[in-house]
Amino acid sequence: MTTGVPQTGANRPPDVKEVHIVWMTTGLGCDGDSVSITAASLPSIEDVVMGAIPGLPKVHLHNPVLAYEVGDDFMKHWFAAAEGRLDPFVLVLEGSVPNERIKKEGYWAAMGTDPATGQPITTNEWIDRLAPKALAVVAVGTCATYGGIHAMEGNPTGAMGLADYLGWNWKSKAGLPIINVPGCPVQPDNMMEVLLYLLYQVAGLAPIIPLDDQLRPTWLFGKTVHEGCDRGSYYEQGDFAHEYGSPKCLVKLGCWGPVVNCNVTKRGWMDGIGGCPNVGGICIGCTMPGFPDKFMPFMDAPPGSLVSTSVLGIYGPVVRFLRGITNHTVNKEPKWRHSRASLSTGYEPRHYARN
Amino acid sequence: MSTAVAEPKTETQRKGGNVVEMSWDPITRIVGSLGIYTKIDFDHKQVLECHSTSSIFRGYSIFMKNKDPRDSHFITSRICGICGDNHATCSVYAQNMAYGIKPPPLGEWIVNLGEAAEYMFDHNIFQDNLVGVDFCELMVKETNPGVWEKALKTEAPHAKEHGYRTIADIMRSLNPFEGEFYRETLQVSRMTREMFCLMEGRHVHPSTLYPGGVGTVPSIQIFTDYLVRLMKYIEFMKKVVPLHDDLFDFFYEALPGYEHVGERRVLLGCWGSFQDPNVCDYDYRTMNAWGNAMFVTPGVVVDGKLVTTNLVDINLGIRILLGSSYYQDWENEETFVTHDPLGNPVDKRHPWNQTTIPKPQKRDFDGNYTWVMSPRWYDKRTGDHLALDTGGGPIARLWATALAGLVDIGYIKATGNSVLIRLPKTAMKPEVEFEWKIPKWSNALERDRARTYFQAYAAMVGLYCCEKALAEVHAGRTQTFTPFKVPNEAIGCGFHEAVRGVLSHHMVIRNGKIANYHPYPPTPWNANPRDVYGTPGPYEDAVQNTPIFEENGPDNFKGIDIMRAVRSFDPCLPCGVHMYLGNGKVLKQLHTPTALMGLAK
Repeated sequence: MTTGVPQTGANRPPDVKEVHIVWMTTGLGCDGDSVSITAASLPSIEDVVMGAIPGLPKVHLHNPVLAYEVGDDFMKHWFAAAEGRLDPFVLVLEGSVPNERIKKEGYWAAMGTDPATGQPITTNEWIDRLAPKALAVVAVGTCATYGGIHAMEGNPTGAMGLADYLGWNWKSKAGLPIINVPGCPVQPDNMMEVLLYLLYQVAGLAPIIPLDDQLRPTWLFGKTVHEGCDRGSYYEQGDFAHEYGSPKCLVKLGCWGPVVNCNVTKRGWMDGIGGCPNVGGICIGCTMPGFPDKFMPFMDAPPGSLVSTSVLGIYGPVVRFLRGITNHTVNKEPKWRHSRASLSTGYEPRHYARN
Repeated sequence: MSTAVAEPKTETQRKGGNVVEMSWDPITRIVGSLGIYTKIDFDHKQVLECHSTSSIFRGYSIFMKNKDPRDSHFITSRICGICGDNHATCSVYAQNMAYGIKPPPLGEWIVNLGEAAEYMFDHNIFQDNLVGVDFCELMVKETNPGVWEKALKTEAPHAKEHGYRTIADIMRSLNPFEGEFYRETLQVSRMTREMFCLMEGRHVHPSTLYPGGVGTVPSIQIFTDYLVRLMKYIEFMKKVVPLHDDLFDFFYEALPGYEHVGERRVLLGCWGSFQDPNVCDYDYRTMNAWGNAMFVTPGVVVDGKLVTTNLVDINLGIRILLGSSYYQDWENEETFVTHDPLGNPVDKRHPWNQTTIPKPQKRDFDGNYTWVMSPRWYDKRTGDHLALDTGGGPIARLWATALAGLVDIGYIKATGNSVLIRLPKTAMKPEVEFEWKIPKWSNALERDRARTYFQAYAAMVGLYCCEKALAEVHAGRTQTFTPFKVPNEAIGCGFHEAVRGVLSHHMVIRNGKIANYHPYPPTPWNANPRDVYGTPGPYEDAVQNTPIFEENGPDNFKGIDIMRAVRSFDPCLPCGVHMYLGNGKVLKQLHTPTALMGLAK
């Protein structure tokens, strides 16, 4: 079929014709990131699956929340991917990675049944099988990226982020590091945009995805909540909210915006609507490696906020320096998130410790 | 292949049965991980036995210990990625009780508007983007070509209202990603989530919700933005309700006996939804009064009769049984609450007194096989531990509300045996009155049908609350938050309806910290295993009663009738369940008389 539409630029045939997205939701999570992408409109999931955007490879999405198939019909894609028969594919992990090594038997998280033993196949086993075969590995949501809520102090499962499990220097067979898209849940358009970028990259239309030292896409997480917040002028005037419901700056009520890397105040939650401090919700740091522990109790003013709010204006550079230190701290995960065969979260198991 | 599932020691026997073991793991198009393991008698087209298993454990009750009580709604929201805000709201209710505070009316109306939007969104996406696929052209052609032929020839009785001439046209419109109605509902699910974000900042884990009220700035604009979208949704409902009536009525007609798919005894629980700020003060001692003022009435319905609408009775009757789950018993652990604030004794198996002690172990369908415990409701009239289900939420809400006859907010009226839902004129359609009537069965199709009616119900509660909220703003009463202090020692409980059914949060505070916290969402009520008395959980029970109408034999069996039975409960197990379709293994062809008893004792 010939038409006058040029076969160049974004409309040229992609380098790779078809790509599979194998999306695992069986980390310790809530499926909130899968639900989140159904809220995205820039682009929407149907835009990507139905080929509404020029230049993309044909996308086959294998996600349990949206799949037509059930059970074995669904799992066959997983087994094919593990055997190298589903190529190329992007592996997406949702939910934190439990530590299956801290106990003698049983499982914390699993999907499907092992034909040899009749026992469930653990999520960790699936990661071990699939990650080496994947073109790229994406951790979606703060649980999968850094451990998140389920890796809180005192947790019984030893939960951690994917990079804690695979190693922070891990590279895919195509040489790509893990791509972290944090958020609890992930901001809908952030995740769809990252997938779109990766598809462009696979199609040969974009260079390698730019990531920061926490493996986050730089264009999404390079600024703080505070830098994008439309309540910043109240801060600048030293005019703070003392009660929820006020339209003023929320720093004294527990907002961590000044030290948190996130674009929600710029992008809103859905198509510009909603968000966090911009609409009256304190920032609890839900995109951060230090989430949740380093931000709790959430409803207390962050330590240091009183200093910075009282020296405002005169000591701008000093404030930036102090914030840099706090930003560095909350960009680090707590030390109990690790893949060693021991539990150091503070919880003392009575029935499953290895030793 | 699912042939490797360990063969249970108890033999299932039935006369002349060609019994095949089949499992579906994971069950897709639900939230969370669920596995369904069955034995099916293909000669008699009947499911003989079913086990439901959940494959994920996270440990909220464990890691919440010793945390600041004010963090609990932020934390518990993360239990669920599709109805997290229901958890956050329920936690706020429990905190309000524990802290002894009452939000300003405007704060309460805003929370109600958020929750109404959540029901509108969530039922909408589940019904037509997840469940709907079980009724779409692709699926029906694959499982029941005969039914598809009939659908092609069957005129849709309400074609004028929804625009689809035949039942086949409706089915075609439900095809994933390509169907017109599928795409439209996906878009509507976004508009309704925008409504949620207007009230509570973010979907699904809200940013502006707090004990004491909300941080939302109550500008005229947020209500305008909400209202305009709501009216579009109300217009959409005028098409959606008749469309589903046509689709579900067709199945009764095309497949006589379909009423038994997913059928179980009427054992429904509803914990009530939408507080009336004029009555609710969050004091436990007046809980019966404010519970009965809710815009969805709490209630326990047994065999079609309303046993109670009193939240105090509902609370005291909750029992958590270990059943066949991977936990250690807490009989010898601390008792946190011996008596409720009214002086009633509180059972050791009540969530206030539960201690969660995980014990990971191998899966054994004759022993322990899931991370889900078995919640039951103790019926003091009979001494039974009732395996109540939520029917996915709406059927129980509408049933309890209809029987109680308490709700009358103009747009909605409970009559004693039905619920009237009155939709005003919208841009292109005149006013409409829908009547949800108490159905003959608690089965798959009626659970699905109720969902559609409840979408309209939630929309009309939304309109009512929007008017109330605007009246507050117009009167200059713009306070949305009541300040509070966390007491050193306190207890609290919250009762709510998550989208898919009953939700409770129980909290004990000591030394200003969380000493115990146990949330009970709907899915543990529905997806639980056999309890210590051998009573199967509702999924197990409903699937065991399911006749098979699928035209495929064991070799290419999809299990569609089982899927419809399970999905009608709107499974939401970010705590686990898997279904698993195998080619199956013939267990045994038996020629002995029936011996099915014992499965469901």
